[in-house]
Amino acid sequence: MNAYVGTPTSRIDGRAKVTGAAKYAGEFSADGLVHGFVVEATIPRGRIVRLDATEALKVAGVLEVLTHAHRPPLADKDEAWKDEVAPEGLPFRPLYDDMIKFNGQPIALVVAEEWETAKFAATLVRIDYEQDGFATDLEAERGRASEMDKPHKPRGDAKAALAAAALRHEADYLVPTEHHNPMELYATTTVWEGGGKLTVYDKTQGVQNVQKFLCAVFDKKPEEIRVLSPYVGGAFGSGLRPQYQVVLATLAALALKRSVRVVLTRQQMYGLGYRPMTIEHVALGARPDGTLDAISHEAIAVTSRYEDFSRNDTGWAEQLYKSSNSHFSHKLVDLDVSTPCDMRAPGAASGVCALECAMDELAVALKLDPIELRLKCYSDRDQSEGLPYTSKQLRQCYARGGEAFGWARRNPAPRSMREGKELVGWGMATGVWEALQMPVAVRIVLTANGHAEVSCAASDIGTGTYTIVAQVAADALGLPIENISVRLADSTLPQAPVEGGSWMAASSAHAVLGAAEEIRRELVHLAKAIPGSPLADLDAAAVTLVDGMIAGNGKSGAAVSIPDAMRHSKLERIEKEKLNQFAEDKSHARNTHSAVFAEVKIDEELGVIRVTRVVSAVAAGRILNTKTGRSQIMGGVVWGIGMALHEETVMDHRFGRIMNANIAEYHIPVNADIRDIDVIFVDEPDDRINRLGIKGLGEIGIVGVPAAIANAVYHATGKRIRRFPITLDKLLD
Amino acid sequence: MNNFQYSRAGDVADAIRLLAADPGAKLIAGGTNLIDLMKENVERPSRLIDISRLPLRDIEETADGGLRIGALVPNSDLAYHPLINQRYPLLASAILAGASAQLRNMASVGGNLMQRTRCPYFYDTATPCNKRRPGTGCSALDGLNRNHAILGTSKSCIATNPSDMSVALAALGALVHIAGPMGARSVALTDFHRLPDDKPNLDTILGRSEIITAIELPPHSFPRNYSYLKIRDRLSYAFALVSVAAAIELEGNAISEARLALGGVAHKPWRSMEAEAALRGQAATPDHFGHAADLLLQGATPRAHNGFKIALARRAVVRALIQAASATPQSQAHKKIA
Ligand SMILES: Cc1cc2nc3c(=O)[nH]c(=O)nc-3n(C[C@H](O)[C@H](O)[C@H](O)COP(=O)(O)OP(=O)(O)OC[C@H]3O[C@@H](n4cnc5c(N)ncnc54)[C@H](O)[C@@H]3O)c2cc1C
Ligand code: SF4
Repeated sequence: MNAYVGTPTSRIDGRAKVTGAAKYAGEFSADGLVHGFVVEATIPRGRIVRLDATEALKVAGVLEVLTHAHRPPLADKDEAWKDEVAPEGLPFRPLYDDMIKFNGQPIALVVAEEWETAKFAATLVRIDYEQDGFATDLEAERGRASEMDKPHKPRGDAKAALAAAALRHEADYLVPTEHHNPMELYATTTVWEGGGKLTVYDKTQGVQNVQKFLCAVFDKKPEEIRVLSPYVGGAFGSGLRPQYQVVLATLAALALKRSVRVVLTRQQMYGLGYRPMTIEHVALGARPDGTLDAISHEAIAVTSRYEDFSRNDTGWAEQLYKSSNSHFSHKLVDLDVSTPCDMRAPGAASGVCALECAMDELAVALKLDPIELRLKCYSDRDQSEGLPYTSKQLRQCYARGGEAFGWARRNPAPRSMREGKELVGWGMATGVWEALQMPVAVRIVLTANGHAEVSCAASDIGTGTYTIVAQVAADALGLPIENISVRLADSTLPQAPVEGGSWMAASSAHAVLGAAEEIRRELVHLAKAIPGSPLADLDAAAVTLVDGMIAGNGKSGAAVSIPDAMRHSKLERIEKEKLNQFAEDKSHARNTHSAVFAEVKIDEELGVIRVTRVVSAVAAGRILNTKTGRSQIMGGVVWGIGMALHEETVMDHRFGRIMNANIAEYHIPVNADIRDIDVIFVDEPDDRINRLGIKGLGEIGIVGVPAAIANAVYHATGKRIRRFPITLDKLLD
Repeated sequence: MNNFQYSRAGDVADAIRLLAADPGAKLIAGGTNLIDLMKENVERPSRLIDISRLPLRDIEETADGGLRIGALVPNSDLAYHPLINQRYPLLASAILAGASAQLRNMASVGGNLMQRTRCPYFYDTATPCNKRRPGTGCSALDGLNRNHAILGTSKSCIATNPSDMSVALAALGALVHIAGPMGARSVALTDFHRLPDDKPNLDTILGRSEIITAIELPPHSFPRNYSYLKIRDRLSYAFALVSVAAAIELEGNAISEARLALGGVAHKPWRSMEAEAALRGQAATPDHFGHAADLLLQGATPRAHNGFKIALARRAVVRALIQAASATPQSQAHKKIA
């Protein structure tokens, strides 16, 4: 039955990707395609008083310069601009009016026959601003922070318990603003099909979200706009909401009645969403034996002036650790910047980083081994609602990860382990994420030659959705994977939400099962209808699809081939579509967990840090594909190393401008920074969460990694760095 | 990016003629720096004069036993050239510490010497910068200056020169050969780059219509006791926070000749004759190395965010000299610091 699920199946789209056959949004073409280049605001707040495109329009090859004062109509109701995942507030509308809300805001689109011409002409657009006072510095504006939704209700009296605790640890941890920097640039090719119809190739994590959004913004009927995003070169959350280039490309296509492509530059992508800078204040109170009496976690994060973006930074402690008193709060400071957005493990990557550094500091104060402290506070229930988990093998993560890493050989004293000129540090941390699942519909078309096409509007943002959909379909239909073709990311295909939150693996896999079951029933029916059918007397439930046959379970050997069954009824194809909804289960918590172990080697005099080993032991239910799954976790670990040591969007608050808006100066790890990464999938059978026991892997890989490294840096040097990233200057005396 | 004319120079004289004829013209070699700056509208040449096909790609031995390296030799070819590897491994090491393999394949010797600062304000036309637009002010003085200079700065500019190769060339005492409308001349590499004083728009002494034709390495090559130690924010593919080119000659444990140059700390590779003189005749000990480092760093003044560079540079100098003295130079392939 499971020829493919749970195996290290290679990506079915791998060949297309490495040979260049896979086409991305900015690579589609059309007759008469023209190109748009974005002109951006260079002030953080104010008004455009004059925008003069005369010189730009004189350039040969320039067709149009669209501005707030010169463009086709855009919806004026806020509701129209609210996409499926928009936060509270009034969404940003590109080229809508003369107001400047953030540096890098698009204020004009120059459209020309050639991209280079548009880019050149963009430099000739003259803009005069009336600049208003502005603020972009979270730390300076911290006093203005105002309470957002509370992730969890308080328990007991954390303040009093903290004051009374035998041992206390309390500190601020600062996670800077970070940008996603997916390899693929943001791009849209809007193809003018005539008759008011548009086909939009967009870099997005949700084609149906973009489709509905465009219909609302441009007052179009659903059948007039089709959105496709067959391949996505990484997005990491930055593509959950429609980005402004899709509006601009479509606006220009409508203005010119031509096909238009808009590709942002790397620099312009720093004007999109980002992981918000957050001050994480954590206070822990404990008894000498490590029992926690109080946990308090307050996050103060950046948002824009026009939307309130917040994620769950602070609630994780309640799930991870037993404590009779707890208090959590999330505050926002609105600044003259664009709205933050989801970025891999939003909330958790930052919040758990602070929590797990704080736990390490507490362990040091208590003279307890960091794992021992975590086991002491281990909770088999999610305490916020007092619920048991569908499954939770975090203990196994600690045990197996620790064993693989050699944790038992750790000398707990800081600066106690060294190798030549390098100090050696070992640190660990816990990771946690949710196991979400969403309604998804899948269509399967089975043809009499034993081939099936599986289709769904879901995107594959590089995570391997194409492949797992094919694996599950192959197993459920009893066909070789070569006989399965998968179509994704077309808004005309069956319903799917945006791809994010680690929910797509479980959601799409079960949708495939649902549609495959419909196909099976139909095939059984057809097989039984054949005169003298060997399956005639069998109960439909006792018939499975296996090896291209419709076969009775067990050893009876009764079977009919798919072609025989279909051709007997003169059917060339069977088409079934099914929407899968997960039964609601409010009596259990659903989470993935990990234990991350890191080794750093730090040159004692020079502060140069090398992360020489990371072991990540993950409990995430059944792993559908151990190869793509491992890649997910490795990618998360690499990113966690970047979060710990490299990543930081640097802003000059005198100008309210990002000063390292390019990937030469915005550092992410390069090959030299990455050494051994060992991924362990801990067995976590879970027959409660869903039929296949799947939890999803997209986010869990990064959570905990930055803290494990920061804790290792402390263990190596005796220095506690609470402002990320940990650059070498912070380690020099 | 602006619109520009494109010409291909037929020979060096042609390049000079084309430069002289158009005050807005710029030479282009590998393009790895110039094109980036054009995309940012920082450089807006009226004309690009493509010199990439000029016959300036030879590496030849000179009569006195040195080497003459054509201005268009790609950085990679230079780093892997057998004569450089055998005789001037310090230079090979410095080149391999810079950029990425792909960039080094494109980058030329002349372009590397002429590459411009990575000061973020210099790159951002929406901010004031004296180097980009004289008289507008220096945003880095009281702004983000973690990567800026601690030596030889001025009130107008605190930018650093980003080149790794130049640091090794400075230590080795290289000459820069220049051709121009008035004929050929050569200057010591240490005199080629300027300090910013009140004209930070000028990085070098190169005249408007001049072209670098070659660099020349003197016979003294320090093949054994050398090290190029680069300290940066990630283990590869990042500009130096501080780098050190160290080269010595030993008689027993006594230093008979010493060269030291710092990168990432000034508007030019930073050398001090005094520091080098202080090493000569001394035993190769960390104490003497520290003393030389102090002399080299004399006058270093921090700004708000770059004070760490002073201590870091001192330690890096000592370490590089220890590596040099023990003939265990920093490997650019293995990121662990020896
Ligand atoms: C992402 C990135 C990272 C980098 N990291 C490093 C690093 O770590 N260390 C480092 O040292 N460098 C680094 N570099 C810089 C790289 O070394 C330079 O871009 C390269 O050496 C420039 O050479 P080029 O031939 O491409 O110059 P071009 O871009 O062609 O020209 C640069 C300048 O030199 C002038 N020029 C070129 N040739 C001559 C000549 N013969 N005579 C007179 N003027 C001339 C041009 O007019 C232009 O002004 C990096 C570059 C990038 C893009
Ligand atoms: S340091 Fe020099 S390059 Fe940087 S802003 Fe100041 S003047 Fe410009």
